[in-house]
Amino acid sequence: MSTATTPEIRLRPNANPQRQHIPLSRLAPLILMVGPAILWLLIFVAAPLVYVFVISFLKKGTYGGVVASFNFENYLRIFDPLYLNIFLVSILIALATTALCLIIGYPFAYIIARASSRNKNILLTLIMLPFWTNSLIRTYGWIMLLRTNGTFNTILQSAHLISQPLQMLYTTGAVMVGMVYTLFPFMVLPLYSSIEKLDHSLLEAANDLGAKPGRAFLRVTLPLTAPGIFAGCIQVFIPTLGYFFISDLLGGGNSVLVGNLIKNQFLAARDWPFGAALSILLIVFTIILIRLYNHFGGRIENITS
Amino acid sequence: MAPMSEKVMVELHNVDKSFGENKVVKNLNLRIREGEFLTMLGPSGCGKTTTLRMIAGFEDVTTGTIMIEGENVVNKPPYRRNVNTVFQSYALFPHMNVFDNIAFGLTEKKVNKQEIRQRVTEMLSLVQMEGYEQRMPSQMSGGQKQRVAIARALVNRPKVLLLDEPLGALDLKLRKQMQVELKHLQRKLGITFIYVTHDQEESLTMSDRIAVMNNGILEQIGSPDQIYNQPATKFVADFIGESNILEAAVEIADGANLKVVFETGYAVVKATGFTKDEAVYISVRPEKLKCAAAAVPGFNLKGVVKEHIYVGSIIKTIIELPDGQELIMSSLTGTPLIPPGETVWVYWEKEDTVILHANEERIYNLSEQVPKIEVRA
Repeated sequence: MSTATTPEIRLRPNANPQRQHIPLSRLAPLILMVGPAILWLLIFVAAPLVYVFVISFLKKGTYGGVVASFNFENYLRIFDPLYLNIFLVSILIALATTALCLIIGYPFAYIIARASSRNKNILLTLIMLPFWTNSLIRTYGWIMLLRTNGTFNTILQSAHLISQPLQMLYTTGAVMVGMVYTLFPFMVLPLYSSIEKLDHSLLEAANDLGAKPGRAFLRVTLPLTAPGIFAGCIQVFIPTLGYFFISDLLGGGNSVLVGNLIKNQFLAARDWPFGAALSILLIVFTIILIRLYNHFGGRIENITS
Repeated sequence: MAPMSEKVMVELHNVDKSFGENKVVKNLNLRIREGEFLTMLGPSGCGKTTTLRMIAGFEDVTTGTIMIEGENVVNKPPYRRNVNTVFQSYALFPHMNVFDNIAFGLTEKKVNKQEIRQRVTEMLSLVQMEGYEQRMPSQMSGGQKQRVAIARALVNRPKVLLLDEPLGALDLKLRKQMQVELKHLQRKLGITFIYVTHDQEESLTMSDRIAVMNNGILEQIGSPDQIYNQPATKFVADFIGESNILEAAVEIADGANLKVVFETGYAVVKATGFTKDEAVYISVRPEKLKCAAAAVPGFNLKGVVKEHIYVGSIIKTIIELPDGQELIMSSLTGTPLIPPGETVWVYWEKEDTVILHANEERIYNLSEQVPKIEVRA
């Protein structure tokens, strides 16, 4: 051992990596490879964000457009009860959508995860299949099903279950159906991957130690699949706030969500600064949620893996 | 050996298990006494783990009954059986610390908090893991996880502890140490242990009785000494320890003496119950094999010394018979060695011969090996 310590001591002065300079000749290929991606991100992601951020502090021009006059007016306007209420309703609808997706999605994901590998592939393909069609077109499909003389009403009427067609389209319920339908895969896939990872012998151990299946689920399966539940909920909750076309098409004018509000500021009211302020608020809100997820979800992930 | 109860704790009666077309356990009959350390030994895929899982309740029996303390449990789910399992992969709950892992079963039984604390602490000292209450499974070594897994099962005071290759993932030294510890633990607690392993040395070290399984069939059940010295089938002779197995035919069956003829010689051995012209296997342990410079009375089996292999305290000598079969003879280091190339005459003591019917491999007779017992209705 004594012979081995001598070279180690001699090596030590070089062991500080921060001080070393990478020669330009070695940086060049790196720039070539990463450069285009960084450029793309700068032009199409960073620049628009900065643009939105800047105009959120400016003023609306009389005929649309923006006037360069720095103020916080747009942010203060959000605290108008009218807009606060829209935020509140949006969050409630997003929460309800998330809860519904979770309740339907968990058993579904569980069945897929425990299916034979052949059935697993079939079920996963069925989950992915709708992605191949544009979600706008699929939402139009729901209009066909839900409208006054649509498929559901026709069936119910011909079965003599109802005499008058039900008002299904243009209700909050219709918006919820559309949201749950569109975002369902985003819940199922993370759930599936966390349930799939779960070691089956842990459930056998719980049974062996006297836990009935229900108790084993509560004490073992649920806590160990929590990262999947977190991920699924975040992936459903955040898009629900922004999917304006679903509430536009299925809710008519009756339900205005944050997404619709923002869209209307840009396209209808031509009030870009206010729309930008709303967008920034939504982005901040989303970042907070993701940070929370990384904090809690990440911690559970560390324990389970 | 501690006096053992004659009471039967676990009884398997005509148990069959199939996965689809595949029969993994065939007509298994097994009686395990109270306080016994029984090992189920066999190569992978022999049905030993499936049998253990049927006793635990993780697998249904296809046909047959499993009695625990005289009660048929085949329709009982695992959480209603008074047995606990130590899993091969430990199966500790990764989101719970050591204390909560061990307390799991007691919490399910709604034992009060104070008693839980006391019993968990007791268990931790039993497995020499005091002070580890707050550790998470990911922060422990394999050996430590193993101890916690054993404590988690034993804290429930089961009638039977089932162990599925519990030492498989440990390194050799730790495995040897844990073998001794497990054996001591079992003696101390007097709980029936059913232990599954493919390691024949481990089974010989730890068990009161060994059940050797092959292809879903129970080949032999008996004490380590019986299994080693009186193998009932060619498979057992081959699987347990090293063995020289010679094909032979009975030429003369004369009372206690039997003359068997090999491809390249003959031997006269002591055995009854064999008939003239019957095909048999002769099995001789390497340490029982001897050789001489000239033919020994009763034996005529010539071979050539091929090589010597040093294995620490013993030396293995390979002797090649004229038909090409190699025999292994082991002797203690320091014994004078015959130079390779020399011709020798191989022999052994008549009493050290194991002779097996070649055409009726399974001669194991259940009534001989099982204690007389009465089963509660």
